Amino acid sequence: LQQMAKSSAPHKPKNSAINASRLMKYSRARIFQRKAAYKVKKVKTPAKKSAEKAAAAAAFVVKKIGGDKNGGERKVYKKTPKSLPTQVASRKVQLRPKKTFKKHVRRIRSNLAPGAVLILLAGRHKGKRVVLLKQLESGLLLVTGPRKLNGCPLRRVSQRYVIGTKTRIDISKVALPERLNDAYFRRQRSAKKSAASAGGSADIFAKSDAAYAVSAERREDQAAVDKALMGAIKASGDGPMLRSYLRSLFSIKSGQRPHAMVF
Amino acid sequence: MGKLDKFIEVGRVAFIANGKDSGKVCAIAEIIDQNRVLIDGPCSGVRRQVCDMKRLHLTRFCIDLPHSARTAVVRRKWTAAKLDEKWKETSWAKKLEARRLRTNMSDFDRFKLARAKQIRNSIIALAAGKIRKEAKAKPNALRFRKPNKKRHIKKE
Repeated sequence: LQQMAKSSAPHKPKNSAINASRLMKYSRARIFQRKAAYKVKKVKTPAKKSAEKAAAAAAFVVKKIGGDKNGGERKVYKKTPKSLPTQVASRKVQLRPKKTFKKHVRRIRSNLAPGAVLILLAGRHKGKRVVLLKQLESGLLLVTGPRKLNGCPLRRVSQRYVIGTKTRIDISKVALPERLNDAYFRRQRSAKKSAASAGGSADIFAKSDAAYAVSAERREDQAAVDKALMGAIKASGDGPMLRSYLRSLFSIKSGQRPHAMVF
Repeated sequence: MGKLDKFIEVGRVAFIANGKDSGKVCAIAEIIDQNRVLIDGPCSGVRRQVCDMKRLHLTRFCIDLPHSARTAVVRRKWTAAKLDEKWKETSWAKKLEARRLRTNMSDFDRFKLARAKQIRNSIIALAAGKIRKEAKAKPNALRFRKPNKKRHIKKE
């Protein structure tokens, strides 16, 4: 067979599908004939069962026991399960299997582009106008005040709690640090508390984590991004107005109807 | 009841108030019956069509159109009469434009407007304050006198 393979021209399949359907031209039996598969001797490959596999397949486990004059080992038979299934469990074919969170499609509203000014509607910084830097892998938006203007730091924010305005700042020249990702912003649970909860023995009312302290790398990144962003704001057309705009807070005034307003 | 000075007539320039093409001006090309007219606005993007009179608000402009004039003729007469410019200069059109600008203001525009108003009002307040101060400096008799009132001056 090997010789035949070497001498033959590029392989032409003997069977083919009819009209791009699932049906093949030749049936299984016919192909068996055409390929002269009856001539091919089936080679039985020796079973490569490792010792562990054999042990696993066996009905018992050989265990060593202490003491003398008692044989030194015992065969411990595997217990039969309490109930054995009477039918083969039918597996429902998952045509569209459940996707893990990581594999979810991340969408972004069409009016939210990097450099857009957003109005935060909820949270600590509600009412503030902030600049959108980018969308992170989890789908959350990375925004910053800039902190110099309105006190909002580099922060993650959900699209749902945000109004995207038409105002855009050109942030193509703003280089974001590489390390700004979801892991960077993830809430840190103190090690002690997690261990305690696992053990279940420690005092659950003990306040083990200290007040949140800004890390040095956060300060560094904030300063770098702020500097670049302030430069971009200055360079944009409405520089001074834009600065006071980002400093101001958003509110609905009397007579304003949000559904009729253009943002 | 307003003045009956604007009539539905061939050549009358009308403003379409609602429905499709609302906000645009057109010319009346033909009168169909008591309620309907044939309108055409080639220069303002209104297709030649039948329109209910109730949708039209008449302007004071009228162009010299023969009845059932075809679109090319309407276009010619319209541009000759320079109606686009004339319409834009009317306070009606200006008010519409102002309203349109206001509704399309973005959040930033609204902020800029508010800021401009604030600056203007502070200038006014300053000037008003000055006038008030000067008025206070005047003696009471002169302060409360009506400036242009005819006074009888005794002949002495």
